Amino acid sequence: MIYYSKTHEYVRVEGTKGYIGVSDYAQKSLGNVVYVDMPDLGETIEKGEEFGAIESVKAASDLIAPVSGEVVEVNEALSENPRLVNQDPMANWIIAVELTSLAADVADLMDADAYEAYVATNPH
Amino acid sequence: MDELKKTCLHDLHLALGATMSPFAGYDMPIEYEGFGIEAEHNAVRNACGVFDVSHMGEIGIYGNDAEYFVNRVFTNDVTAAPIGQCFYGMMLNEDGGVVDDLLVYKRAHNHFLFVVNAANIEKDERWVLRQAEGYDLSVELLSGEMAEIAVQGPKAEELLCSLLEKPEPVRSLAFYTFCESTRDNNLVVISRTGYTGEDGFEVYSSEPYVRALWQKLLDKGAVPCGLGCRDTLRFEVGLPLYGNELADDITPLEAGLGMFVKLEKPDLIGGEALRRQKEEGPKRKLVGLLIHDRAIARHGCDVLNAEGEVIGHVTTGYRSISTGDSVAMALIDARYAARDTELQVQVRRKRFPATVVPKKFFKKNYKK
Repeated sequence: MIYYSKTHEYVRVEGTKGYIGVSDYAQKSLGNVVYVDMPDLGETIEKGEEFGAIESVKAASDLIAPVSGEVVEVNEALSENPRLVNQDPMANWIIAVELTSLAADVADLMDADAYEAYVATNPH
Repeated sequence: MDELKKTCLHDLHLALGATMSPFAGYDMPIEYEGFGIEAEHNAVRNACGVFDVSHMGEIGIYGNDAEYFVNRVFTNDVTAAPIGQCFYGMMLNEDGGVVDDLLVYKRAHNHFLFVVNAANIEKDERWVLRQAEGYDLSVELLSGEMAEIAVQGPKAEELLCSLLEKPEPVRSLAFYTFCESTRDNNLVVISRTGYTGEDGFEVYSSEPYVRALWQKLLDKGAVPCGLGCRDTLRFEVGLPLYGNELADDITPLEAGLGMFVKLEKPDLIGGEALRRQKEEGPKRKLVGLLIHDRAIARHGCDVLNAEGEVIGHVTTGYRSISTGDSVAMALIDARYAARDTELQVQVRRKRFPATVVPKKFFKKNYKK
């Protein structure tokens, strides 16, 4: 199951793990990604809080955690090749967390259809 | 909020699918659909790009005291040079801080044109009018009337000259000189100047002339360029942007622009403060930083010494499009400004090692 936030991050839930990345809409609005600032393994991220940033040539955009959890995987491929986010943002997740409060966290997130409708009506 | 102003090319930007954003009170193009900041940047480095810079401000100074007055409010020396010369320099406040950096065009011994930053137009107009009191001259506020485009890149001369009725005066312009002509009763000023580190021209005229020229340049293959790449281009050749590297409380000596300040001019406003600062040595200096990571240290990021004490801040930072390096300009404690000094930058939660390097991050291999 994949959930989306209003700030254009997604979390793909697999068992007790959540893979977090940015949506296709987000990568398109950013333009070419030149740097992804990721937390370290073992750090804890909090739903609604900034956990890193994604940068295009022009500007940095904060990454906002769609769920809470401990960081158990970091997509190191993005350190060397951040443009993978542009090429396939769904396959190129940024971090994975061990979910601590999934049911509560996803309550205000959207499924793919709802997110598509949200993007269509809220261009920014 | 005041409504955003529009340049005379505004509708053409929209038709080109530009991403628009407010800048200095104007709704300006940041980048264009089908190109984007990197493609536009590379077009200027390798071929030809054209920028709408009609938001820039123009102030004319005309009269018997004009030359004396300009030499008093402007840091460079305009007296010795011939008519047709452009000068880069600054206007200073009494403390030696920068009111604005600008180009001055010497149209006659008693007639000068100031081209100033859009963000500072009103401040500059007030400053010039105040300083001009008591002198035999008139101050012409021309910002609303003059449109401007910049044609930049190694193919700029070829493209621009192919569109001019009389290309020869433009083709033979030396760097930082200009020529004037009249078309349909409209003044046309073309200078060999720019803000990109490339060869190129800036063209000032009436709105209809500039609109027509813009369209013809695009038809000839010039790439429309937004303010996004204007900033990346100027940054990687070490040119300052007012509001980042320059401000009312930053002096030209701190910013490394001493060569554009003729301190020997006795009546220069701000000169006394700067002579004192030169003698004591500036406490802060603008430096280049090479960051040893992919992280980008942007405007406002702290710069720290090896011990972790904050010694300054980043004024502009990018991943250089031309070199791929993560680089920044930073205003720091002068004790740490020597080349090769090892420092750190704070980017959000993390610190990255950085080395002091020259501010000119990209060097062009000129053919000439």
